[in-house]
Amino acid sequence: MLNYVLRRVAIAIPTILLLVVISFVLMYAAPGGPFNSERPLPAQVMANIEARYGLDQPYWKQMTTYIWNVVVHFDFGPSFQYRDRTVNDVIAQGFPVTLTYGFWSFIVALVVGVALGAAAAIRHNSWLDYLAVGISIGAQVLPNFVMAPILVLVFTLWLGWLPGGGWQGGQIEYIILPVIALSTSYMASIARITRSSMLEVLNAGFIRTARAKGLPTSRIIWKHAMKPTMLPVLSYLGPAFVGMITGSVIIDVFFSTGGIGQFFVNSAFNRDYSVIMGITILVGVLTVTFNLVVDLLYAWIDPKIRY
Amino acid sequence: MSLNPDPGTADRLLAAQAAADVKGRSLWKDARQRFMRNRAATAGLVALVLICIFAFFGGFLAQYEPDYVDFSLIGSNASQGVPSIETGHYFGTDSSGRDLYARTVQGTRISLLVGIVGAGVAVIVGTLYGAIAGYKGGRTDGAMMRTVDILMSVPYMFVLILMLVIFGRSILMLFIGIGLISWLDMSRIARGQTLTIKGKEFVEAAHATGVRPMTIILRHIVPNLLGLVIVYATLLVPQMIITESFISFLGLGIQEPNTSLGALISNGASNMQYGVIWQLAFPLFFFVITLFAFFFVGDGLRDALDPKDR
Repeated sequence: MLNYVLRRVAIAIPTILLLVVISFVLMYAAPGGPFNSERPLPAQVMANIEARYGLDQPYWKQMTTYIWNVVVHFDFGPSFQYRDRTVNDVIAQGFPVTLTYGFWSFIVALVVGVALGAAAAIRHNSWLDYLAVGISIGAQVLPNFVMAPILVLVFTLWLGWLPGGGWQGGQIEYIILPVIALSTSYMASIARITRSSMLEVLNAGFIRTARAKGLPTSRIIWKHAMKPTMLPVLSYLGPAFVGMITGSVIIDVFFSTGGIGQFFVNSAFNRDYSVIMGITILVGVLTVTFNLVVDLLYAWIDPKIRY
Repeated sequence: MSLNPDPGTADRLLAAQAAADVKGRSLWKDARQRFMRNRAATAGLVALVLICIFAFFGGFLAQYEPDYVDFSLIGSNASQGVPSIETGHYFGTDSSGRDLYARTVQGTRISLLVGIVGAGVAVIVGTLYGAIAGYKGGRTDGAMMRTVDILMSVPYMFVLILMLVIFGRSILMLFIGIGLISWLDMSRIARGQTLTIKGKEFVEAAHATGVRPMTIILRHIVPNLLGLVIVYATLLVPQMIITESFISFLGLGIQEPNTSLGALISNGASNMQYGVIWQLAFPLFFFVITLFAFFFVGDGLRDALDPKDR
């Protein structure tokens, strides 16, 4: 097991480094510098600014300094557009917001999805099954940027029940719509995966044995069927996580929640390279870490995996 | 065949062959029948054909050019720009006074193109990459698939936006960016299938007669991957459409005067509180129907071509 953990970590580290290098090379390849504008600055001013941000250094030195700062000090450097804040400030301000509704979206997608899928499988070919299949088929064409306007239209403009944007320190009524918008399509996928996986498990020999022993159904489901059912679900959680963290950009922009997605898109329009890079790297590290955890969980649960 | 067989045998052979032709059920014919029996898939296919007709020929019905701005309508959209047959604005007008019908036709066309180009790159690059990795095996396979693993765990949407920011927001860049990521899944699927095909006798026979590896891959392996590849390519198209719409929704993708369904949905969503609900409804309708159609056709194809995965 330890060997397997080490090997997985050994893949994770170059992945992150590669991401840093790619984004750095892309940024370096960009035509024009971050301080070029329509009105050219005097040469001395330009030189001073470049020295201030370390842009006068040779390329490899900039890159190693950047990587060193990111890895050792967890410092993404200053923003190129806003002199009064650093990339770390932006992350510190936006990340807790994204984390809050992202966490709830993940929980909702997982719990509702698994419950719906399992219920559908247990009551196979009943109205509940058809309902669950209907929902999961319908929801796969409703990605977050489609759900968000529909939800605001219905619950804010027509019914007037919930606010259509803002954050207000994360009060519950401001969280509900972002969470629903973000989690729906993943909930549907999880429900679909759970259903087909559970159907397969329920037809397996060991479940028949458990039934033959006369175990109560609830015990069969929870004690015997749930664990193998969760394996395919578990392997979907990695992509779902990436999808949600990407979707948070839409949520932040549409609901003005003030998470990192909003800063990301603003920076994309302002060509604020250091912020874009910092957020990309942060998201990359999160993704790689999450995938690592999922893989380890998988190896721990699935007896068939040999490390 | 050095001996000339007597005419009787040849006739009998031909007759037998003809009989076999009548009775023979090719894999593809079987698949077509299975597909046609699937009502959802057939409906999806019909919807898809209609959408394609709409996207590529719907422009002839439009009374206005997609970039024609009717300045008299700006500001009075909610009352003047209502969808109606008489004014020629079948779907109403958008917030800049442009004909939404013409815009929707244009947006659907671009979304379809993005989806098809993305899936096309996936089919060509992904299949070849996966087939080569699977056929070579060993170190090459390990290195190639680890590369795919690493690329897959990169949050591509962020990198894609980073690329769009750096190299400028253009359709070409969007195609390149989407093409760069779309082949990863396909290469895994193709590799898995190649591993099972590789052990078959016909590959061994080709190998034994001295066919070069690249020829084996192109002549013997890739054609056998085709069924699976078609299924996943069909399911990939809606994903590519979603990806493109995602970026366009943020305003970072397709730029004016071009448009895509994502950009139209974004415009509609930002104006929906002004009583111009059609600006959201029509693009959303076409978006949802297109995705549904592709998903149903893809599922139908999977049932038809990939019988073990049910």
